Amino acid sequence: MKNPVLQVQLKNGMKVMLKEIHTAPIISSWIWYKVGSRDEPTGRTGISHWTEHMMFKGTKKFPGGILDKAISREGGRWNASTSRDSTRYYETMPAAKIDLALRLESDRMTKSIFDPKEVASERTVIISEREGSENEPMFLLGEAVQSASFRVHPYHHEIIGDMADLRSITREDLYDHYRAYYVPNNAVLCVAGDFETKSMLKRIRELFEPIPKGGTPPRLARPEPERQGEVRLTVEGPGETAFTQIAYPFPKATHPDYFPLQVFESLLNGASGLSYKTCRLYRALVDKGLAVDVSGWAESTIDPFLYRFTIVHRPDKEPKESLAALDDEIKRMQDEPALEAEIQRAVKQARAVFAYGSENITNQAFWMGYTSMFSDYSWYTTYLNKLAKVTPDDVQRVAREYFQSKKRVVGVYIPKGKVA
Amino acid sequence: MVEVTRTSFPSPEDVYQVTLSNGITILARSNFNSPSVNMGGYLPAGSIFETDDKLGLADFVSSMLMRGTQKRSFDAIYNELESVGASLGVDSGVHNVNFGGRALVEDLPLLLSLLSESLQTPVFPDDEVERLRTQLLTGLALRAQDTSDMADLVFEQFLYANHPYGKPTDGFVETVQSITREDLKRFHRLHFGPRGLVIAIVGAIHPKKAAEAVEKVLGGWQVPGQKEPPALPPLEPVKKVIKQHHPIPDKSQSDLVVGTLGPDRKSPDFMAASLGNSVLGQFGMMGRIGDAVREKAGLAYYAYSSLHAGIGPGSWEVAAGVNPKNLKKALGLIEKELRRFVKNGVTKDELADSQANFIGRLPLSQESNGGMAGAILNIHRYDLGMDYYQRYEGLVRKVTRADVVEVARKYIDPERLVIATAGP
Repeated sequence: MKNPVLQVQLKNGMKVMLKEIHTAPIISSWIWYKVGSRDEPTGRTGISHWTEHMMFKGTKKFPGGILDKAISREGGRWNASTSRDSTRYYETMPAAKIDLALRLESDRMTKSIFDPKEVASERTVIISEREGSENEPMFLLGEAVQSASFRVHPYHHEIIGDMADLRSITREDLYDHYRAYYVPNNAVLCVAGDFETKSMLKRIRELFEPIPKGGTPPRLARPEPERQGEVRLTVEGPGETAFTQIAYPFPKATHPDYFPLQVFESLLNGASGLSYKTCRLYRALVDKGLAVDVSGWAESTIDPFLYRFTIVHRPDKEPKESLAALDDEIKRMQDEPALEAEIQRAVKQARAVFAYGSENITNQAFWMGYTSMFSDYSWYTTYLNKLAKVTPDDVQRVAREYFQSKKRVVGVYIPKGKVA
Repeated sequence: MVEVTRTSFPSPEDVYQVTLSNGITILARSNFNSPSVNMGGYLPAGSIFETDDKLGLADFVSSMLMRGTQKRSFDAIYNELESVGASLGVDSGVHNVNFGGRALVEDLPLLLSLLSESLQTPVFPDDEVERLRTQLLTGLALRAQDTSDMADLVFEQFLYANHPYGKPTDGFVETVQSITREDLKRFHRLHFGPRGLVIAIVGAIHPKKAAEAVEKVLGGWQVPGQKEPPALPPLEPVKKVIKQHHPIPDKSQSDLVVGTLGPDRKSPDFMAASLGNSVLGQFGMMGRIGDAVREKAGLAYYAYSSLHAGIGPGSWEVAAGVNPKNLKKALGLIEKELRRFVKNGVTKDELADSQANFIGRLPLSQESNGGMAGAILNIHRYDLGMDYYQRYEGLVRKVTRADVVEVARKYIDPERLVIATAGP
């Protein structure tokens, strides 16, 4: 990697990562908090995402409505998102204007107001967001498969939360959640772009070091026991199109098997970020006329999550035919080792995807923080090397170990509009 | 810090432009910050050539181009691309078929060869035609269940009645079912050719080298008798409020689109309308519309306005997704904002904010190769002048409050709106 990254811990425990990139007069700043939907107990599902929304409602210094105008006025782009493991906020600005973003983030780490009126109007906005998702068959199916996959671990619910909780969470619940998790010792600030490291670090110290260290926030983690038998479920809803989702437990991002599994994915479903029309599953299901589409993906998570396949069925074929073809392809991965050339192909694909990502400064700042949530930045810088070291035997071994039907959940969306 | 200068924007000095003898225009700009390259472009073979009984034909053709050529099968084409982490795609709009792709710079020759083959020598294999037809029909079945897609479709049908812009480029179930392999071959033979084809390349390659690489694969393409696109027919303006609801049972959210005609991209009204639209439904958290519908009333997760300005008459529309029981309330709030916008225009501060935003966001929109290629293609497509982004700040600052209220009144009449909704 040609641009070195400086990593510093402030006195209050906040981690700072800086990467100078002088290709365009742009700076991207991301602040990551180690809190996500997996930290939500029953009755509080969706609270991390809702807190993220409330962070845009203002502080005394930057009242609601002023924040977004201030950023937009400078030509900046900003947003936030909540995942299972983390919540992140970013601003990408013309280089000369980045100070505004840093001042804003330092202020709202501890001084967001959570006005009860704003809580009330945001409640209906988030309910509306969930209703929009419920319009989508894939959301309904995905939610059912996910909750069937996790009985014990808090990965069982969707990030948006359950409707019951969205109706009952109070302002005090939200504020308590905010105060518990939004502390400097639970945050990572990542800045990439057109700055000089020494002066940037000085400014960050001025703005963030005075914030007092907080308690160590709790993290929920009840390990999911291994399943001893396949779970099958159905979801019914409007439409004419049937879908199947198949979910297998998948290791955490820091597990050594993560890399052979990336090669497994490249062969079976195509590499992440690219088209997938020559992967084995597409050939076996779509080219053979059994399905309209098939895809698969995993997430990089702190605890083991899922590898999920999604099949979009043809109206003239039964879902079970596609599932049988998928099982055959998984069996082939288990019976025959991958070829060395197939591993090299996966490495080249990843190299290209990395190159596209480096065109964009926002993306480079993203990766520093993203990897810090489940590992550290070396996870990113050593990615291609680790992928290149995967052997054909590794790929066969992980196919056997992780893709056993007794460990999976199979969900089918049955459209009510379909004429039998 | 790197000085914020205009040199980071495209200019006649750094965009290499050449027109080949067969009519192909090549635009190229280098960016050596990353070892990748982006390619994009278009040619005039869109749905404007379709007849009503074959709607979706241009889209069907463009989706078939990469499914088998004289030299390679569908699987072989994608194997070449996916093996090197490259991508290439083709789709269709009303006027143009658009293509785009990216690769590591070492694989640009491959990307261009595949583009050239796909455009010049597709063979439309029978089995691939049928496979794609099933996929397109499934796409239409999903569209029929999508409240946002259906509200858009109905909106366009009524705003652009008896006009190519009012017809969905992906067609209807009956029309897609009726398209034959002969139709596809014929459409390709008549409408695909080098005349009017524009291609832009941005990335880690010297502009002249990029142009040579394009010429090598596309320079010899000749299509005598390539048809000229027909002129757009005149458009009947909307004379009253038209309300249309498209029922989709059992959905938890309804979508709405409210709007009217807007300027085309070359219109002198464009910049004032664009800044006005920013105040109305973009700036900050979706402008005044977002403030009224989302922030204050808490009715929607998304509520915004947009200006779609292209070659022909554009549209100026507001969209939102709301609980079905809140549809009327949301429409009332939107109508109120439209009336206020037309009556009073924008304040001095609002205009200044949006102007600053337009100017400030420019470097960000052009930082990736894809963003830059898109900017250069737009300059060419709408004849804006290769120094457009050098002049851009002046064009934005020149717009006054009076300009904004004038275009607002010229295009938006609250008594003549199309209001399309879809949901339970």
